[in-house]
Amino acid sequence: MNAAKKTASPDSSAAHLRVVADRGATLTPGIRLSGVSKTYRSRDGDVPSLQPLDFHINDGEFFVVVGPSGCGKSTLLKMISGLLPPSAGEIFVEGEKVDKPHGNVGIVFQNALLLPWRNIINNVMLPIDMKRLKRAEFLQRAKSLLKLVGLEGFEKKLPWQLSGGMQQRASICRALVHDPKIVLMDEPFGALDAMTRERMNVELMRIQRETGKTILLITHSIPEAVFLADRVLVMTERPGAIAAIYDVPLPRPRSLDVMSDPVFSELVQRIRKHFFTQIALD
Amino acid sequence: MAEAKAPTRLSKALNAAWVRPFLFLIFIVIAWDLSIRLFKIPAYQIPAPADVVAVLWQDWPELARQSWPTTYATIWGFVLSALFGIPVAMLIAGSKTVESYVYPLLVFSQSVPKIAIAPLFVVWFGFGILPKIISAFLLGFFPVVVSAVQGFKSVDPDMVDLARAMQGSRFHVFRAVNLPHALPAIFSGLKVSVTLAVVGAVVGEFVGSNSGIGYVMQRSIGTFDLPTMFAALVILALLGVILFWIVDRIERLVVPWHVSQREEIIVAA
Repeated sequence: MNAAKKTASPDSSAAHLRVVADRGATLTPGIRLSGVSKTYRSRDGDVPSLQPLDFHINDGEFFVVVGPSGCGKSTLLKMISGLLPPSAGEIFVEGEKVDKPHGNVGIVFQNALLLPWRNIINNVMLPIDMKRLKRAEFLQRAKSLLKLVGLEGFEKKLPWQLSGGMQQRASICRALVHDPKIVLMDEPFGALDAMTRERMNVELMRIQRETGKTILLITHSIPEAVFLADRVLVMTERPGAIAAIYDVPLPRPRSLDVMSDPVFSELVQRIRKHFFTQIALD
Repeated sequence: MAEAKAPTRLSKALNAAWVRPFLFLIFIVIAWDLSIRLFKIPAYQIPAPADVVAVLWQDWPELARQSWPTTYATIWGFVLSALFGIPVAMLIAGSKTVESYVYPLLVFSQSVPKIAIAPLFVVWFGFGILPKIISAFLLGFFPVVVSAVQGFKSVDPDMVDLARAMQGSRFHVFRAVNLPHALPAIFSGLKVSVTLAVVGAVVGEFVGSNSGIGYVMQRSIGTFDLPTMFAALVILALLGVILFWIVDRIERLVVPWHVSQREEIIVAA
């Protein structure tokens, strides 16, 4: 069916799929990378992890990075959060140059990484403790975030008493509690089963709509990337470089039905081709 | 009715956690007594359980007085091995340089038999309580370090990154993430350490002492007073069990969230 549509209307679909190298005019501070590269030093010499990257993520944008394993996606995330200095180039978050952990990010990893000795509400409050902010001021916010993700009433439970999906939702609350401008997510739903994953995708879009955060999400799943993103950045294999950046012209709010939209499947096909040609060349 | 109920009540009593080792102990004592009678083992080789109990009963004030220095040396040795072992483990786990210098030597030092160097402590520190404390400390130290290093190292680096990205200082991150994470491993080391500290204290008393359970054992061996020797062994075993139990209780208080402590919560829920 996909193939039929593809042959039926190649031109009309191509019109949707504008390849955008850069949007040109910078509208909002957001996240800006200019010439950022990373090389790891090892005993056998330098190992390039990321080739120079230039891109800009706007405020409130849902930006998704897809790429094969080991293309330096996680390195990218650590550099934006200030945990790892780039080997060259500069990163700006909200117009400020990043050279140390700046705390203006929330991070969600593949594993929920909740501390087993803290109950859910105290896990969500971890960033407040680390930043030494006043607990009382943020407790209400933490509670309303838990309510937002449907974990009301689980505040006093310990992490192991929750399912994998619930734990991951709690870790999303933890990433939002200190009201950061940007949220970095490293394959946040990779450890969940397919059904929970779809539900979490829908919820994540709702959370983003309600909080207006800038989200940079890393994933292996191309359909997930297209479903969630305003723009998708496709990375090449190690050392990682930008293969292409695609606009996703699907209207919001999106439901799972969007996955049967021809524009959706065209874009998925198109992104998948990046990896197929690479595999074929190998 | 009463007949039907009795076995269930009995089996319930048999299922209580503390009853089982107790029953097994009774079984061993009976087997001990029977084999002495059956094989006609003379009393100067293995005393009958009844004789040991008799000594425990009659000499109780003296034995209790002698257990005090041993207990004292054990507890101090144990406390010192915890006080030194945990920071040393922190240094080893925190720095590759420290690890490469210290860890191999630490392992090497463990292959030196403590009983062989215990006389040295008498030469250095005399016949007082100090050489016994040091001996207990030396035996208890190593398991604490090994377990704690393993505990500190097994923390998920992503978890530490997450806390650091929230601008947590080294100290705050350590207190909130690394230390609680290492606690279960530290406690498993402490439990091994506390039983070894008893051994260490007794070894110290063997070498040069005029008090303590180790001294009682030396003396009774010299006079072939086997019932007293066995009574001393029973007291040592009791001391080890009680100290182990105390550490175990503290662990339940400090790390109630750990997997190994969860069973009871689930049963209760």
